[in-house]
Amino acid sequence: MSDALDIVVRLLAVFVAFLVLPLVVGQTEHKVMAHMQGRLGPMYAGGFHGWAQLVADGVKFAQKEDIVPAGADRRVFQLAPAVGLLPYLLVLAAIPIGPRNAVGQSLDAGLFFVLAVMGVGVLGSIMAGWASANKFSLLGGLRTAAQLLAYELPMLLAAASVAMAAGTLSLPGILDSFHWWWVPWQLIGAVVFFVAGLAELQRPPFDMPVADSEIIFGAYTEYTGLRFALFLLAEYAGIVVLCALTSVLFLGGWHGPFGADGLGWLWTLLKTAVLAFLIIWLRVTYPRLREDQLQKLAWTVLIPLALVQIALTGVVKVVTS
Amino acid sequence: MAADKKSKPSGFPGSGLAKGLAVTLRTMTKRSVTAQYPDVQPDLAPRTRGVIGLFEENCTVCMLCARECPDWCIYIDSHKETVPPAAPGGRERSRNVLDRFAIDFSLCMYCGICIEVCPFDALFWSPEFEYAETDIRELTHERDKLREWMWTVPEPPALDPAAEEPKEIAAARKTADKLAAQQAAADAENSGEDA
Repeated sequence: MSDALDIVVRLLAVFVAFLVLPLVVGQTEHKVMAHMQGRLGPMYAGGFHGWAQLVADGVKFAQKEDIVPAGADRRVFQLAPAVGLLPYLLVLAAIPIGPRNAVGQSLDAGLFFVLAVMGVGVLGSIMAGWASANKFSLLGGLRTAAQLLAYELPMLLAAASVAMAAGTLSLPGILDSFHWWWVPWQLIGAVVFFVAGLAELQRPPFDMPVADSEIIFGAYTEYTGLRFALFLLAEYAGIVVLCALTSVLFLGGWHGPFGADGLGWLWTLLKTAVLAFLIIWLRVTYPRLREDQLQKLAWTVLIPLALVQIALTGVVKVVTS
Repeated sequence: MAADKKSKPSGFPGSGLAKGLAVTLRTMTKRSVTAQYPDVQPDLAPRTRGVIGLFEENCTVCMLCARECPDWCIYIDSHKETVPPAAPGGRERSRNVLDRFAIDFSLCMYCGICIEVCPFDALFWSPEFEYAETDIRELTHERDKLREWMWTVPEPPALDPAAEEPKEIAAARKTADKLAAQQAAADAENSGEDA
């Protein structure tokens, strides 16, 4: 009985986090982006500084008609948003937030699971692009596929470096063997992982798959209403997952200068929030890369850097052991 | 990447990227420039062209404004009245009386030519701008409404400290000084007789 209750509580907590954190990130993006551009952002919805703007947006999306284009592959078209969104929920369940098993579901091959499932999330965009029967959607879908191919590799290599350092694939296990000097040691890997994750989420400056000035809205061009909202939610859920994962793998998750016992979860959230702010900051600051620049960055910069990190990790590991 | 190569050769690789981040972060700490209009009234310049007010006491129905208006949006009706002679045996004078003065603000393009051209200072700019209507016909403001706008016309901006006196004030002062001098002379004469 208590086991069942335990599972229900854990799943509920993960689900609530999955629904709330992306909205918090989205609202932060509204306000931070506005102020970085000298604007105010939403000010009316909800009364106080537009805190309910995204709730209002959700209501608006829910009221809209759900259109499937005549030539579209109906089944795939309708399934795509779910494929885009659900993997992030699954990943969130495997990310430890605090010490002593404060995780939705502890997995021995957690790192492997997380990276594999995050890759599935991108499939949603490819499905949407293929099924829409629209040339812009198809272009967006193909760009997504190219981006996924290019950036999955440096991301995996960087994550592999951490797994090598810790000697385990379990996320809580990695954190258990974490020391503060891992941060400078794995710094290159952290940057590669974060940048590659950013590209995989198709966030600016890596948003060629949805480049609105070139291909309307890429794979999401034909979507309306709730399904479109699900794609947007997937983007913000992806931010939460990427930031949480980066903080767990490279910044020591629940480890902090003090309060490691009771306030570990707070450290994880704080690091995640800082990284999310960084993502928003990068989006506001940098223009979109060109498609060829994007590929060049992945193959000529990030992958060599990731390999350097792996070599460095190996050398240090051999020397210290 | 390419942008780095084009920037100054002394620049550290990626310094341009860092500069970009600094710009956005600095902007975030500054006050935003958004005007919160319905909540906060805008701070308008003194010579804002909001609406045109009619000081009908000054209007002589010379029709210059209506004729010069590029949009033909000023409507004036008038009739003549005869005024009895000022002195007995004199000639009767005729005088224009204003019956209707209306400006159609749905046609007006706010060029201000009517105000420039008015020789009797009967038309003025007012900064009021909140007179939107749901019916376009309501935008034709008749003379009573145009007269009401006069109360919102701001004082003319102050002259520069070293500026010349306005001509009409100078003329008025001259006359007043002359009158005062005459008065003083008369008083002196009277007191001299008394003594």
